[in-house]
Amino acid sequence: MKPKHQRLLLAIIAVAALVGAGLIAASALREEASYFYTPTTLVAANVEPGKAIRLGGMVQKGSIVRGGDGVSITFTVRDQRRSQKVAYRGITPDLFGEGSGVVADGRLGPDRVFVADSLLAKHDENYVPRELADIDMSAAAKTKDTLVP
Amino acid sequence: MHRFANPARFLRIARPLTPALFWLGLILTLAACIWGLFFTPTERLMGDTVKIIFVHVPAAWLGMGGWTGIAIASIVQLVWRHPLAGVSARAIAVPGATFAAICLITGSIWGRPTWGTWWVWDGRLTSMLVLFFLYLGYIALSNASSNKGDTSRVAAVFGIIGAINIPIINRSVIWWESQHQKASITLGGSSIDSAYLVPLFVAVAGFSLLFGALVLMRMRAALAEMRIEARMRRMAES
Repeated sequence: MKPKHQRLLLAIIAVAALVGAGLIAASALREEASYFYTPTTLVAANVEPGKAIRLGGMVQKGSIVRGGDGVSITFTVRDQRRSQKVAYRGITPDLFGEGSGVVADGRLGPDRVFVADSLLAKHDENYVPRELADIDMSAAAKTKDTLVP
Repeated sequence: MHRFANPARFLRIARPLTPALFWLGLILTLAACIWGLFFTPTERLMGDTVKIIFVHVPAAWLGMGGWTGIAIASIVQLVWRHPLAGVSARAIAVPGATFAAICLITGSIWGRPTWGTWWVWDGRLTSMLVLFFLYLGYIALSNASSNKGDTSRVAAVFGIIGAINIPIINRSVIWWESQHQKASITLGGSSIDSAYLVPLFVAVAGFSLLFGALVLMRMRAALAEMRIEARMRRMAES
């Protein structure tokens, strides 16, 4: 075997080992590295009330109820299987609305309602001009986002 | 591949290629920026902030593409001992780090109005920040040698190991729930309207050509320094 081929073989083995190690590490991180719980993973994780967590999902259509004081709001967050009721006091982000994605910091209350301290909007991967948005809302329906019910 | 192993032959091609890439890249980049900024419609949800995409996405791709280039050049350096491979890997590092930084900064500016935050520690943002730090590490490591033109093997090994982060960045939004949205442009197609997609590809082409011109400039500078050093050494010996 020529030294050049020896080095090539060594490089291939090293790269293969590296990719394997990376994939194993990434799959081990699968749950831990997620930025938020979805309603489904929240149930599966059996998080106790009062623990600071993050919840993400889609705001269910028709679920937003604004309180009389103008800052209180309740809504339901959905993923493909389950839903979770959320209560929040404060100003909602501009992109927040029914059918849009949301990520909430907060904790589960004793009544299983998620009390949010802060809300972040989550944008999907579709980019549609405003003048086309009315005609073609099918783009939103085509989203690859797994959170869409 | 060894046709270009001779630095003199490489320089004969690189010398006219550098200004060609630079000027074409500059024209395309400026055209894409003007097109994107003034002649694209507002987005249905994000409004005018969508226009950051014309800098953010090319910068992200080139930041990741740069490290992919470093990794490939490092393998070529270690396996085939190609004399220009190490030089090219080192030449990519600074432009690559710059584009990764541009991606992080524009992404942060974009995140504030759309998401409501400058920064979150989700998989995508964190792995991109790791890429930037890997670049800094690579630059420090490849400059650690006292020889100007020296292409150290330690840096090459580091370049190959660091490449594991590239597929992680790409897959981060699929493996893990993240604040960052999923990929808009995949091999299967795009979910970006053509009103944005066409100027975006012009911007990607422009920034890529500029990136290429920068790498060629840095390679030529490195080769010139190697020649100076070799000449000085000869003078000192005689």
